[in-house]
Amino acid sequence: MTKILEIKNLHVEVKGKEILKGINLTLDLGKINALMGPNGSGKSTLVNTVMGHPKYVVTKGKILFNGKDITKLSPDKRAKLGIFLSFQHPREISGVSVSKFLKTSEKELNPKFSFSEFKKNLKEKREILEISENMTERYLNVGFSGGEKKKNEILQMLILNPKLIILDETDSGLDIDSLKIIAKGVGEIMNKEKCILIITHYKRILEYIKPDKVFIMIKGKIVLEGGNKLAEELEKKGYGWIEKE
Amino acid sequence: METKLQKAYAMKNKEDLKFKSSEGLNEELVRKISKDKNEPEWMLKKRLDALRTFNEKPMPDWGPSLEGLNLSKIYYYMRPNAKNNARSWDEVPKDIKETFEKLGIPKAERKVLGGVGAQYESEVIYHNLKKDLEEKGVIFSDCDNGLKEHEEIFKKYFMTTCISPNLHKFAALHCAVWSGGTFIYVPKNVKVEIPLQAYFRMNSKKGGQFEHTLIIADEGSEIHYIEGCSAPQYTESSLHAGCVEIHVLKGARVRYSSIENWSKNTYNLNTKRAVVEEDGIIEWVNGNLGSHTTMLYPCSVLKGKNSKSDYIGIAYAGKGQYQDTGCKVYHLKEKTSSTVLSKGISVNGGVSSYRGLIKINPGAINSKSSVRCDGLMLDNKSKAMTFPSMDVHENQVEVSHEAAIGKVGEEDLFYLMSRGLPESEAIKLIVSGFIEPIIKALPLEYAVELNKLIELEIENSVC
Ligand SMILES: Nc1ncnc2c1ncn2[C@@H]1O[C@H](COP(=O)(O)OP(=O)(O)O)[C@@H](O)[C@H]1O
Ligand SMILES: [Mg+2]
Repeated sequence: MTKILEIKNLHVEVKGKEILKGINLTLDLGKINALMGPNGSGKSTLVNTVMGHPKYVVTKGKILFNGKDITKLSPDKRAKLGIFLSFQHPREISGVSVSKFLKTSEKELNPKFSFSEFKKNLKEKREILEISENMTERYLNVGFSGGEKKKNEILQMLILNPKLIILDETDSGLDIDSLKIIAKGVGEIMNKEKCILIITHYKRILEYIKPDKVFIMIKGKIVLEGGNKLAEELEKKGYGWIEKE
Repeated sequence: METKLQKAYAMKNKEDLKFKSSEGLNEELVRKISKDKNEPEWMLKKRLDALRTFNEKPMPDWGPSLEGLNLSKIYYYMRPNAKNNARSWDEVPKDIKETFEKLGIPKAERKVLGGVGAQYESEVIYHNLKKDLEEKGVIFSDCDNGLKEHEEIFKKYFMTTCISPNLHKFAALHCAVWSGGTFIYVPKNVKVEIPLQAYFRMNSKKGGQFEHTLIIADEGSEIHYIEGCSAPQYTESSLHAGCVEIHVLKGARVRYSSIENWSKNTYNLNTKRAVVEEDGIIEWVNGNLGSHTTMLYPCSVLKGKNSKSDYIGIAYAGKGQYQDTGCKVYHLKEKTSSTVLSKGISVNGGVSSYRGLIKINPGAINSKSSVRCDGLMLDNKSKAMTFPSMDVHENQVEVSHEAAIGKVGEEDLFYLMSRGLPESEAIKLIVSGFIEPIIKALPLEYAVELNKLIELEIENSVC
């Protein structure tokens, strides 16, 4: 099996406070992974660190992507390698339309960028996600509902076509219809050349996007690793059960 | 990376002058300017009176510091060795012609303009208006000629009811040493469909430029006039103190657009004012990118009922720059309305401030004003400020004001960078979004140019 992401003994601080306390985690190509854990356990910290957020300081350990050490790369370079993070809280950028933004990033990521291809692709991907043309002409996330923001993240994912896809609570606060659409988008992109890491509190989305592996994080550490069944058990018993063990 | 346009801005020609005053200003020089131009006695008197006012008035003690401006070191009057008001570019000296070519002026003239004036140092060296406009009675010349040929109009309108020489120290200075500039008269009900443009270029070190723009749009007429300006960079300061006077008569409409891109050693102390009669409309589009220090507050005096002023302004302050700009509107009569949209960007220690005034007089019932001024700082070293004043003396009015000062945020940058944009591209995108409301309101050619200029400035300061 090919390892796409390897996180080795990762320690991360925010504003001088240690949040991640020695994370070891390996993701394989072609697999769907779930990361679960109580609020505040450090899941977003972990994935933001993988994406290269400057606020999260790696004090020990390293991150390898396809065998290459990326611990010190800037976020844009990581994106260029094929890492994508669907944000838990996407930012609102006034005055920049979704389509302009997508065009700008697609130009950065795709050396063979062609405008007509881009337009065609955008239309196709919009239709998969049931996003109107009107919405891609609106300013990026400005005045979007929670569901629209998440759909918009998935649209970016489909357009940019990354290798490692990280979804940070993309399902939170979605109604069942939106959830299905997002699952459809993820299903569309997934193949054996890609890898997904999905952060969620709920088993619900895992019924549509079936994980091969489930990781549980508590207080900045991965405390348990298991198969698909782990998510179900968790839903039934809650995190208290693990903490007791 | 230097682009073609930046090279054009920076281009320095060898000094080739018919006349160059000595440094500083005195009565003798003012008399010489007036004599060279063969002016009527009353204009000489006006200049001399203004010189006294200039000497008496104190320097402004509010706003940016003018300490670096040594008024006794400026060359106030420089006559290029070129024909005055040539009607063909072939008659313009080669190096000067090349400068304007690189700035894109003759090309724009051929493609999108109805007429062009080009000033170099103190004099207008090229002036031309399309035949059909001339036939409709439109007058487009420099002010030196305007005064010769239309003395009565000048007596009535030149620095009288619009900008008085007593307005402030630099209006007085301007009146004493003004030279060149633009005179436009649009006859009643004539609509000039394509814009007229003037371009003011300074070339010499420690130069002063004092071009005068006088526009009279007669009843029911329409005109769009564009001004561009630039100068190459020197270490010593230079001074630009122009005046723009616009008379919008009953039911007329004037759009005045300018992008000022003075070199970063220029003190740009400019005065622009429009007097708007009943049902008239003035539209200001004001871009300030260059200069060391700019103090510029285009002003609309809404004198007739139902008259209107729209202002769009954008200022960019980079390293060592202080842009102090804003719009003033006086609502004198009922049903007058004004809008102000201003965006300031500061980077690399630059300071950009919005300083504006809305004054509504008693009796100006059913008047409306809406002001929006925003500042964006691209880093921690830079500053953005707003000083909007509202002085409302009438109850039956609608006035709104919004201001927002912000910094390019780390979280926004991270979001954009996570999609593959390098930091500089991410900043550019955020800035382009910030100025989007302004770009949207501009005609296309303009929007493209302004966007380009700002992108270049950002590239130079953050890359
Ligand atoms: N930008 C930040 N500034 C300060 N504290 C932070 C920041 N990001 C995360 N933290 C802290 O780190 C801990 C983990 O947060 P987070 O990674 O968001 O957890 P999760 O995503 O698992 O809910 C929390 O205690 C949170 O307060
Ligand atoms: Mg989180």
